[in-house]
Amino acid sequence: MFVARHIPADHKDLIHDVSFDFHGRRMATCSSDQSVKVWDKSESGDWHCTASWKTHSGSVWRVTWAHPEFGQVLASCSFDRTAAVWEEIVGESNDKLRGQSHWVKRTTLVDSRTSVTDVKFAPKHMGLMLATCSADGIVRIYEAPDVMNLSQWSLQHEISCKLSCSCISWNPSSSRAHSPMIAVGSDDSSPNAMAKVQIFEYNENTRKYAKAETLMTVTDPVHDIAFAPNLGRSFHILAIATKDVRIFTLKPVRKELTSSGGPTKFEIHIVAQFDNHNSQVWRVSWNITGTVLASSGDDGCVRLWKANYMDNWKCTGILKGNGSPVNGNSQQGNSNPSLGSNIPNLQNSLNGSSSGRKHS
Amino acid sequence: MELIWNLCEILFIEVAPAGALLLHLLDWVRLHVCEVDSLLADVLGSENPSKHDSFWKLVTILVLQGRLDEARQMLSKEADASPSSAGMCRILGDLMRTMPVLSPGNTQTLTELELKWQHWHEECERHLQDSTFASSPHLESLCKIMLGDEAALLEQKELLNNWYHFLVTRLLYSHPTVKPIDLHLYAQSSLDLFLGGESSPEPLDNILLAAFEFDIHQVIKECSIALSNWWFVAHLTDLLDHCKLLQSHNLYFGSNMREFLLLEYASGLFAHHSLWQLGVDYFDYCPELGRVSLELHIERIPLSTEQKALKVLRICEQRQMTEQVRSICKILAMNAVRNNRLGSALSWSIRAKDAAFATLVSDRFLKDYCERGSFSDLDLIDNLGPAMMLSDRLTFLGKYREFHRFYGEKRLTDAASLLLSLMTSQIAPRSFWVILLIDALPLLEEKEVVFSAEQTYELMRCLEDFASRRPVWREPGVQRIQEDVENTKLEMLRLALARNLGRAIIKEGSLEGS
Repeated sequence: MFVARHIPADHKDLIHDVSFDFHGRRMATCSSDQSVKVWDKSESGDWHCTASWKTHSGSVWRVTWAHPEFGQVLASCSFDRTAAVWEEIVGESNDKLRGQSHWVKRTTLVDSRTSVTDVKFAPKHMGLMLATCSADGIVRIYEAPDVMNLSQWSLQHEISCKLSCSCISWNPSSSRAHSPMIAVGSDDSSPNAMAKVQIFEYNENTRKYAKAETLMTVTDPVHDIAFAPNLGRSFHILAIATKDVRIFTLKPVRKELTSSGGPTKFEIHIVAQFDNHNSQVWRVSWNITGTVLASSGDDGCVRLWKANYMDNWKCTGILKGNGSPVNGNSQQGNSNPSLGSNIPNLQNSLNGSSSGRKHS
Repeated sequence: MELIWNLCEILFIEVAPAGALLLHLLDWVRLHVCEVDSLLADVLGSENPSKHDSFWKLVTILVLQGRLDEARQMLSKEADASPSSAGMCRILGDLMRTMPVLSPGNTQTLTELELKWQHWHEECERHLQDSTFASSPHLESLCKIMLGDEAALLEQKELLNNWYHFLVTRLLYSHPTVKPIDLHLYAQSSLDLFLGGESSPEPLDNILLAAFEFDIHQVIKECSIALSNWWFVAHLTDLLDHCKLLQSHNLYFGSNMREFLLLEYASGLFAHHSLWQLGVDYFDYCPELGRVSLELHIERIPLSTEQKALKVLRICEQRQMTEQVRSICKILAMNAVRNNRLGSALSWSIRAKDAAFATLVSDRFLKDYCERGSFSDLDLIDNLGPAMMLSDRLTFLGKYREFHRFYGEKRLTDAASLLLSLMTSQIAPRSFWVILLIDALPLLEEKEVVFSAEQTYELMRCLEDFASRRPVWREPGVQRIQEDVENTKLEMLRLALARNLGRAIIKEGSLEGS
């Protein structure tokens, strides 16, 4: 059972990204109209726009929230070759009455020489850290050593991917058994570029990120990538949005078998591949426990995927972009009302006036 | 849902054997199908029951549900009302009375029952052949029903209402000693006969069929598909698991499936603004993934009010989820700092045992004091208690406040010693030293001597220590003025210290002298 709510976003151009905050009560949207809007959910369940401001001098591709332990912080990235970090300032009482809040720019990250295509905060146990990726194929990792001072960020790592990057995902696992890990997807269309997904792992000894794996089977342009939250599994689950929806598991091979000090080797298995969208899949997003995956595609639908207790993945729901349910699917009855609540924690680009389609 | 649940209880949990099985099924039908009782009350309540429009309908339903005693009573009313059919009514009534049923606690075996039933069945048959009831079509059809005649039963489709009622009635009057394993055959044929090819089975029908086939797995699967939430399957599976039925039916993933479904249901509860508390309990009963699922979910609950936050924290603390406690308190503390509610921020930091953040908030308090000359949230600082030890800065804050209190209460010697210890113990932040030193001034200017000679020496040493290590202001302007003001104050302090030293030495000297 799904309830769809239509929110007139009032962006003057295509909306490229939608992001919910940690608790699912705030939402940020960004658009080619160069602005970011922040929406708050009232007690009655209505969404109100509480801030709208120009953030960049080009299309804003992605927007993302930091963990609330660091306050109310957003990061955005844009075609104008920059990424920016924003903090909400508690406003004057007049503003509060009008339901408006102010966001100020804390820092601009200008190291990229090409369009910055994704920005994501690292898991909170790593401190206040974020990664950006650009069309020039470089992933940059920044850290703010003093969490109370958001204007000081230093570039800690530059990872060269050799392919134009389109998306990144941090592995959210905070287990000590897992080193920090970041997956990078590419939509590079040059004929030499083959494998489009790379996994980098932080090495404690060299204090650098090194390439751990390349997913050789993914050869089509990748639009989105997402690690699933880890419920204590020893292996990782990665979802990829490309010409179809794919789910991979990465099982770390025991360290004794690899050369010590090198990056972990992984056994890679594909556990699901769905082409139900019958078109390019643009976004994939996990729920809180990593048990449900949502995907959105050019067919204008959002699909939900779930594994049963036998670890078989199946589609458990379809939602059209205009909010109406799709009939004729015998699986539809499997839809779980809890997904209605997990939807706030899913990110998909189908709200508002248009779907998230990138122009190359 | 209750319909399915009760059926599952009868078939899977009670595991009724042949004979008793039918009785249970009869109860099941009576409970869930047909509101006979209101009709019964209607007809009985009327002046002339046997002339009531629905009289025969009522009697038929009673017979269909195997409620033969009541049916007999109805017939006797008809007998009274129309003497012509009295004879027939009596015969039929006798047949009803004599139908052999298995009564609980009865020692007769199944074979004996079958034999008796066979005799009775033949007697009914004989009456029908003899056209005993020929003159009354109603009575004749009743007799046919009691013989288990399928055609007669199907005629009563409307009264039966559904195929499972048809099934039970059919079994009652043709195979009362049906064995559980044969049940599904009759179920399937009943469904087919009843629907007669006009309509196709609904999801509910599939679920019931699966139950009659004793295929637990299929029941759960069908329910998962048909029902809109996980409540039913989660609880049913849980019940079956506790009865050890999932294992016995060779579902090796039995306990996994139970946990899987419970996790689904509990996750669903967390979506609700108040039902999430129930979800917590469900997670507690999931041995493998319950705890970690709870950890992930509970952090995400929006903390709209302080009560809710406290509730969530209590739940975490009860389960030793220290990381979640720390994180939630940190989020609340951060939020408080942003909104300049320093007292609230401090108390959350203390609860989180977050020394670093406590230091930060204490610094803010002290900074506020420097700027405004007073403290906010005095209550909190005054009542810190042992929590003061969390961070040095916090301890300083608490003690400094204590100093102010001593001064206010005119406990001057206590205030003096405390002030001195604050300076000598090194927990005072550099930025605060000048304030501490200047705080000594009023104490030095009291009429009586507050600082002893030794204490005065200490103070002088601190003063010189501070003066020599003071940062040199590089920027001109405001800081210069401040520096000048400071210098003046420090000069006054030196003077006061010197005077005090003199007075103290004299005082101490004379006391000892006299």
